[in-house]
Amino acid sequence: MSQRKSMLPGFGLSLGITVFTVSLLVLIPLLALVTRSAELSLGGIWDTLADRRVLAAFRVSFSTAFAAAFLNIFMGLVVAWVLVRYPLPFKRFWDSLIDLPFALPTAVAGIVLTTLYSPNGWLGQFFADLGIRVAFTPLGITIALIFIGLPFVVRTVEPILQDLDRQQEEASTSLGASRWQTFRRVLLPPLIPAILTGFSLAFARGLGEYGSVIFIAGNMPMKSEIVPLLIVTKLEQYNYPGATVIALASLVVAFVMLLVINGLQHWTRKRTGRG
Amino acid sequence: MKTLSTLALASALGISALGALPAQAEDIQLLNASYDPTRELYQDYNQLFSQWYEEQTGDTVTVEQSHGGSGGQSRSVIDGLPADVVTLALGYDIDAIADRTGKIPEDWQSKLPHNSAPYTSTIVFLVRKGNPKNIQDWDDLTKDDVEVITPNPKTSGGARWNFLAGWIYILKQELGDLSKLDDPQYADEVESAQAAAQQYVSELYQHVPVLDSGARGATNTFVQRGLGDVLLAWENEAFLATQELGQDQFDIVVPSVSILTEPPVTVVEGNVENKGEGAEKAANAYLEHLYSPEAQKLIAANYYRPINPEAADPEDVARFPDLELHTVNEIFGGWRKAQETYFNDGGVFDKIYQP
Amino acid sequence: MNTQATKIQRRPAPTEASPWVRYLLSALALVIIGLFLILPLVSVLAEAFREGWQAYISAITDRYTRHAILLTLTTALICVPLNTVFGIAAAWCIARFQFPGRSLLTTLIDLPFSVSPVIAGLVFILIFGSQGWFGGWFTAHGFPIIFALPGIVLATMFVTLPFVARELIPLMQEQGSEQEEASIMLGAGPWKMFWTITLPRIKWGLLYGVILCNARAMGEFGAVSVVSGHIRGSTNTLPLHVEILYNEYQFSAAFAVATLLAGLAIVTLIVKSIVEWRQQRQWENATQ
Repeated sequence: MSQRKSMLPGFGLSLGITVFTVSLLVLIPLLALVTRSAELSLGGIWDTLADRRVLAAFRVSFSTAFAAAFLNIFMGLVVAWVLVRYPLPFKRFWDSLIDLPFALPTAVAGIVLTTLYSPNGWLGQFFADLGIRVAFTPLGITIALIFIGLPFVVRTVEPILQDLDRQQEEASTSLGASRWQTFRRVLLPPLIPAILTGFSLAFARGLGEYGSVIFIAGNMPMKSEIVPLLIVTKLEQYNYPGATVIALASLVVAFVMLLVINGLQHWTRKRTGRG
Repeated sequence: MKTLSTLALASALGISALGALPAQAEDIQLLNASYDPTRELYQDYNQLFSQWYEEQTGDTVTVEQSHGGSGGQSRSVIDGLPADVVTLALGYDIDAIADRTGKIPEDWQSKLPHNSAPYTSTIVFLVRKGNPKNIQDWDDLTKDDVEVITPNPKTSGGARWNFLAGWIYILKQELGDLSKLDDPQYADEVESAQAAAQQYVSELYQHVPVLDSGARGATNTFVQRGLGDVLLAWENEAFLATQELGQDQFDIVVPSVSILTEPPVTVVEGNVENKGEGAEKAANAYLEHLYSPEAQKLIAANYYRPINPEAADPEDVARFPDLELHTVNEIFGGWRKAQETYFNDGGVFDKIYQP
Repeated sequence: MNTQATKIQRRPAPTEASPWVRYLLSALALVIIGLFLILPLVSVLAEAFREGWQAYISAITDRYTRHAILLTLTTALICVPLNTVFGIAAAWCIARFQFPGRSLLTTLIDLPFSVSPVIAGLVFILIFGSQGWFGGWFTAHGFPIIFALPGIVLATMFVTLPFVARELIPLMQEQGSEQEEASIMLGAGPWKMFWTITLPRIKWGLLYGVILCNARAMGEFGAVSVVSGHIRGSTNTLPLHVEILYNEYQFSAAFAVATLLAGLAIVTLIVKSIVEWRQQRQWENATQ
């Protein structure tokens, strides 16, 4: 088991604390989720999940989280590129600000974004003039998720971008490649694993996000109702099995996402040779 | 211990008139789990009650509040929210607590006068100033360019009243005389009227762009976010919005027919009995005192219709318009039945969203 | 910052894009930052002071606000130290030892990151709610979990569980265990080794994890909302209080309380920048 490192102390204690805490906070709760879902028959579980409204909620959650994470690839890439490559006044300030969505409580983000994008809000009024409604539509959900997910892509791409070897770039340019060709052929390939990791992190977070979304989502069944809200709604109608089954389904999705992310990070590490 | 506090209570009642407070005065904390639009009412009432109760007994009572969609609040109490009294939007939400926890006796509704509803209200329309879409009655809500704001009937009590009020209007339109509902001779006519009502509500919800989880969220959406042309609202909520949020921004439109909403109150015996006799007495007194003239006056001032209008300020009472009101018992055979038919999973409301 | 800027100036020209592209991209990046990050912050302040200083002061000194602040601080004060101990223990056994189930353990520690906070609340209701596994027992013994402080603490601990561990595991893996092994061979006791070797080397990473953990613990909404019961002056944390005020038409007050949380976010960002800077310096010193 612990072969050559066995001379270090504290294995039993630290493992004990870790396993105890993880069991109490993660394993037992998940077990509760599974056993409570098992109270329904397979048919019952199927009926719950195949319900049109549940499917629609999954569709809304998936499509908005995907759209937001996808847009974040481009916005995150531009921001990371500028922050790493270009001289910019107050760079340190802009750079620290990127983490705001991590630090700002989601409820605050929710009420602020709703205020900004509602038809009479600072930004919403311009959209309203164009006949576009942002708040209370899937578009509003997407905007909230862009806010929540922005740091993920920036933060995963930044370190890779910093470490990129400039010589290859110079070689490519001196061989007559255009800037765009250099970007596509030389710069982009090493960034792809990091971009994908950032994308999946933002996507996974977007699937589960609640606080910042419920204020701005319209909560319309079939149109702008997200999965976490549906869980709460089922819960508030005393429909525990329903809430539990939907929770379990989204948990499975989260778990798969986690495996994907870990795989991607492994790949990134292998490709870039950094820890 | 228990007998001691009873003695203290008795002696307190006896001698408080002399101004001497007994040394055994208790500090009692109660928790009132209520629905969304009662926030302002109970803020005022808790003050009134604490003062009155201290004068009567010497005990100081602090009432804490928890507010949310009525269905959600009921679920919280079922899950263990230690509420001593519940003051919810409709009877079924209290029935649910009684059924699932046994903390409330089954016959709770007969414990206090007027089906345990110390105040009533109704459902009206709140429209933007000048009523630009010219909304006068329920059938105007399904006009092409009208957007309606109402919360989610699954979690909000007010939303369920809204739904049923619209339903009553169509029945009334179709049948002319609602007493036909109980007359087997008109069964066919009633059936087609019910179908028309279902048709109407499914059209109505096509006009709803946002379903908030509670009445407050819906009012916010309409008032603060500027969404929608008409808000289906508790009368008290509509008054509050016009009085406190902008006299010149909204108008109240009173439909020809609506529903008499009876938000009931009861003591959660299974919770309060753990707190001792003093708390139990206080909890009962808290609800009984809602029927007192002072409280009724306060209720009217908070835009709820008092059970005893004579006690209220005539100016407050004059604000309430006269309209044809029907009760759930009369049209739908009680809340249990209405809940089962319309709002439980697979009920009529779910079918609206099934294409 | 300086090293970065001078590096860029020293670069040879061929890899630089034309000034137009540079200005365009810089402008675009600033627009993104401005639109998505700065504007929301500014609008919190604008909304909070819409009714003037007096309204602002009275909103944040209100009895219920003070209680919400107290509850939020209490929750963080319980959760953050516990999660710090957990994070160090988890990082120690995962980064320093090989054992079966190690990667499973790592995945389980990561799981709260990708689980919806709502589910975090739900699972504790399934266990400790009156209708749940143990809820009846705890309530009967006068120790309610759900709709009370313990439930809020549990839900918060669940969502903040990975923060410290996730920060420390890669850091300690990268550092390797030679120094610790050496100190043990030289006869230091386990605690001496921890305080003199391990802790000084991970302190910035640890602080970084603790700050993020604290920010999340104070700001958590979804999970706490499900288990709190929303009792004013009792189980209402700051983020929930923002929602309640918002639902009471007290928009300015809601935003006033929100400024407290936004302030917390800003402090977090500042401390985080300082820690990052120190960490980088420590790393540079170590590699030189």
